[in-house]
Amino acid sequence: MQSNAAMEYDYSIVKLYMWTTVIFGIVGMLIGVIIASQLAWPQLNYMMGEYGTFSRLRPIHTNVVVYGFMISGIFVGFYYSAQRVLKVSMGESKFLMTLGYLQFFLYLIAASGMVISEAMGITTSKEYAQMEWPLDILIVVIWVIWGVIMFGLIGMRREKALYISMWYYVATFLGVAMLYLFNNMEVPTQLLSGGLGAWYHSVSMYAGTNDAMVQWWWGHNAVAFVFTVPIIALIYYFLPKESGQAVYSYKLSLLSFWGLMFIYLWAGGHHLLWSTVPDWVQTMASVFSVILILPSWGSAINMLLTMKGEWNQLTENPLIKFMVLASTFYMLSTLEGPIQAVKSVNAIAHFTDWIPGHVHDGTLGWVSFMVFATLMHSAPRVFKREIYSKSLLEAQFWIQTVGVVLYFTSMWIAGITQGMMWRAVDEYGNLMYSFIDTVNALHPYWAIRAVGGTLYFIGLLMFAYNFFMTATAGRKLETEPQFRSPMA
Amino acid sequence: MFHWLEKNPFFFAVGVFLTIAFAGAVTILPNFSKSAQPIKGLKPYTVLQLAGRGVYIKDNCLSCHSQMIRPFKAETDRYGQYSLSGEYAYDRPFLWGSRRIGPDLHRVGNYRTPDWHANHMWNPKSVVPGSIMPAYKHQFTNIADTETAYAEAVTVKRAFGVPYGDDIQPGKAAYEKELKAKVLPDALKIATQMKNKDLIAKVKAGKIPEVVALVAYLERLK
Repeated sequence: MQSNAAMEYDYSIVKLYMWTTVIFGIVGMLIGVIIASQLAWPQLNYMMGEYGTFSRLRPIHTNVVVYGFMISGIFVGFYYSAQRVLKVSMGESKFLMTLGYLQFFLYLIAASGMVISEAMGITTSKEYAQMEWPLDILIVVIWVIWGVIMFGLIGMRREKALYISMWYYVATFLGVAMLYLFNNMEVPTQLLSGGLGAWYHSVSMYAGTNDAMVQWWWGHNAVAFVFTVPIIALIYYFLPKESGQAVYSYKLSLLSFWGLMFIYLWAGGHHLLWSTVPDWVQTMASVFSVILILPSWGSAINMLLTMKGEWNQLTENPLIKFMVLASTFYMLSTLEGPIQAVKSVNAIAHFTDWIPGHVHDGTLGWVSFMVFATLMHSAPRVFKREIYSKSLLEAQFWIQTVGVVLYFTSMWIAGITQGMMWRAVDEYGNLMYSFIDTVNALHPYWAIRAVGGTLYFIGLLMFAYNFFMTATAGRKLETEPQFRSPMA
Repeated sequence: MFHWLEKNPFFFAVGVFLTIAFAGAVTILPNFSKSAQPIKGLKPYTVLQLAGRGVYIKDNCLSCHSQMIRPFKAETDRYGQYSLSGEYAYDRPFLWGSRRIGPDLHRVGNYRTPDWHANHMWNPKSVVPGSIMPAYKHQFTNIADTETAYAEAVTVKRAFGVPYGDDIQPGKAAYEKELKAKVLPDALKIATQMKNKDLIAKVKAGKIPEVVALVAYLERLK
């Protein structure tokens, strides 16, 4: 059944995830601002006793922004766009709708469990995989439900060929499933000890160097399959939709997709350069990290060229601004990553602030900008209301852009400064600086970073207000806008 | 072929899976058993050290401290012998960390003493002027979870063959016995070296404060 009449889609699940995106965004980034400030002004560590130290808060920050804010944003994008590119409504299947609600409900439980357990110090300690086994099992269930919904919708589809965004959603599902399962292989300690100790505690199935290999195979590819692959899915749908332009090149999308799938997984070892993992693995990781520029830039260039002949939209439409700058930050970030993966550069960069600096130009500049654009493009279609304020959106864009720039430039300088100080020697070949010298040298950069983060957070609050007002008080729309989102 | 895959989601998914699974299999599997080998003479962690490792994980020390000395002169001058794979054979999970906001700790046991740690954890600035590390005073009052640490020792012995002696057995009775015979005496030794009367009194009363277990673990890092 192919008809040109506009279909009605069911957005009840989309709306739920929209609100969690906003709420987790505020919580996660607020903690981010706090921990950034703690480095510059350490007395801020004492606000909440043992629960308020930098060390306890840092994993809560990373987990809430990744698994709260980003995953919610990705689910918004998925539940909104998958229905449309497959030409099937969630509402057509009671079963899938029920699963959708169930998934959201379990997701709330898992997310709150994650925050509470990490605040209490219940953690496996592995980065981006801190959750203990009971939460791991819950997450597997949530993920499987998502897979059933995805393939359920695909099974019911009216559009025979899968659109590019769907390729990336399928890859996200499979990639995270594989990596998460292998990295979280653990033995609950009550099982073999005759019920001794804490019930939630477990030990990793892998030890030492092997554990590190598996962890960064996961850690790096959590970046791949949460910060990159689904975000590319979003931009392939939302940029053409908002701009009314066709994707520049189908062949380039093909090349970038399969290239990314093959190359990304090799690069995990670049987190372990100069460590005790086998040297050949390190070299392979370095080489593949450099090759990774090709598919990454392929997608980004494909998106930028999609705007060909329509660059005037960049000045007129803040949503286009967000998405074009997102692609640009994606290019910056995917050039910076390979540079850091070169062994001689890594010798200086590793263990320094340049690494979190790199993470944040990707996550703030690319991922979050795409999440904002996704929510704002969907809002008028979901709530059937005009976007509340264009000028607020414009102001948010500029404040956050300045915030990101302050963030990563200060962290670059901080990282390279500290890396050089660690290795500096005097004329007799003795180390020139004690460790604490290299920490105290960073104070000004940490202060600038905290300011940058605060600006970004202010932008987020503006977004939250704008979004809330759009959903509740925006001018009513009679018909669904085709391309450019209407805004007052 | 790609056009065909786009219309056949099942085979598309299979194709994607094979493409992404390839690299992991090729890079992780070949050295897996070799990388699991301990260096000669490596002893498993004692129950008290495991409890301290638990504290290290609970307060997430790895947010700021690495345990990986890279093979550069600047690092070996600062921290000692570069790290070897076999030294980590009993580390579940590994605790290499990814950022050095504070110094590396892989051989901290070589150049710090228990009473230095006692002062440092209570008030870092008292021994390192300008330090930005927060004080961890709650570790002086919280009691370490030695039962879970013991459960961990039993688990790795039974599941992975970590060479513990016959005294590490499942069950509450075996745990109580180990606690009296080894864990508490170990803790008393550390508390005494920490020169803190309050900590000594607590250990003598059968309770091991978190910081005592933590220092036992840090002393082991050599």
